[in-house]
Amino acid sequence: MTKPAPTVSEPVAFPQDRTCPYHPPTAYDPLREGRPLTRVTLYDGRDVWVVTGLTEARALLADPRLSSDRTHPHFPMITERFAAIRERDRRIALVGRDDPEHHSERRMLVPSFTLKRATALRPQIQETVDRLLDAMEAAGPPAELVGAFALPVPSMVICSLLGVPYADHEFFEEQSRRLLRGPTAADTQDARDRLEAYFGDLIDRKRAEPGEGLLDELIQEQLHDGALDRDELISLAVILLVAGHETTANMISLGTFTLLRHPEQLAELRTDPSLMSAAVEELLRFLSIADGLVRVATEDIEIAGTTIRAGEGVLFSTSVINRDTAVFPEPDTLDWHRSARHHVAFGFGVHQCLGQNLARTELEIALRSLFARLPGLRLAAPADEIPFKPGDTIQGMLELPVTW
Amino acid sequence: MTRDITITIDKDVCVGAGQCALTAPGVFTQDDDGYSEVLPGKENGGGDPLLREAVRACPVSAISLSEQGG
Repeated sequence: MTKPAPTVSEPVAFPQDRTCPYHPPTAYDPLREGRPLTRVTLYDGRDVWVVTGLTEARALLADPRLSSDRTHPHFPMITERFAAIRERDRRIALVGRDDPEHHSERRMLVPSFTLKRATALRPQIQETVDRLLDAMEAAGPPAELVGAFALPVPSMVICSLLGVPYADHEFFEEQSRRLLRGPTAADTQDARDRLEAYFGDLIDRKRAEPGEGLLDELIQEQLHDGALDRDELISLAVILLVAGHETTANMISLGTFTLLRHPEQLAELRTDPSLMSAAVEELLRFLSIADGLVRVATEDIEIAGTTIRAGEGVLFSTSVINRDTAVFPEPDTLDWHRSARHHVAFGFGVHQCLGQNLARTELEIALRSLFARLPGLRLAAPADEIPFKPGDTIQGMLELPVTW
Repeated sequence: MTRDITITIDKDVCVGAGQCALTAPGVFTQDDDGYSEVLPGKENGGGDPLLREAVRACPVSAISLSEQGG
């Protein structure tokens, strides 16, 4: 506490675009220098708390007095698109619910996302990755890596896990993109409507003609017993599909870009492939692609000498939290030898990412295989001209032109 | 110097994130329902240096250690 208290200034706007796709926005620099909780201003002019310290983030994300219920009247809306969804007063399964409802939904899904299940899926993930790399090699350089590799890997894996026909991937990838990035609130609503209609049809077809996959299991075990109703199952299916492919796809594209921009670290990884799982953990910390977790306080909470009042909004900037110098020395350096464990890239508390074990497995296999198969892989355009995603959604590359 | 440690897992709290089994695979596993479970014979932690890291990694503090000095 030797630092002078920061002078009171205008709260920083949140969220903002990154300047470099793998670093927190430079506009967040004041958040990195200040206290573990600061005020930021949302698009609608509302001031909310943003948590930037790792210790405080872990405590608060595990605190049941912070709610994830998007239908709460004071739930902060970080974009107009989110606000549009709330206006429809729809409950969003899993991520938008609190315990005990959240807990019972999560319990139904956990057996499909354990470490053992992720390990059992390894051969299938490897086969998927190899097939996509075969196709890239056969077509020859150059390639656009998001479409050719980063998106289809997790998309195929989650389809197979859920029992969703991959033949429909163009439809749901497009709707997921619109759901997460608009461009307008109407667009987001329309995408959600289409995805819900799609899953409604799919669930009805599966009821008549059961297939193999998690959705089929949920129909057999939960829908028939009345533990879930059709609308809840649809909402769960949407969240599993969207969260299951968009996030990992972004980690693959941004992870590849980051490695290509860090030739020393990449060379080290090639020399010693046993570093791969540590590298995946460090990339998760470094890239923090889900940058802006949102909660609302349902009671007053005392933390770090501050009182969060009931009804106030609380955001978590994971990109800033995961570069807390108190926990991660020289946090802006990509270092396979640091202990990246205890980052909050997957969140923390009861909502910590359900698919994290699967995501780690996919990332490890995808990145290792990509660089092993195409040792000459490099960017096919100047790095600063390659477009990446804006700050109000999951971070990642919009395109990734590569050659080898 | 060795202390007797007893590991307790609150299965009502466990959310099946698998962080304990990922961090200290020599002590923890997940049962078929995804709940955290101590491996047979490792009820006292087996002196695993990663035991405390695994406790800290649990996102919902479902694992507690009780120690009797010895």
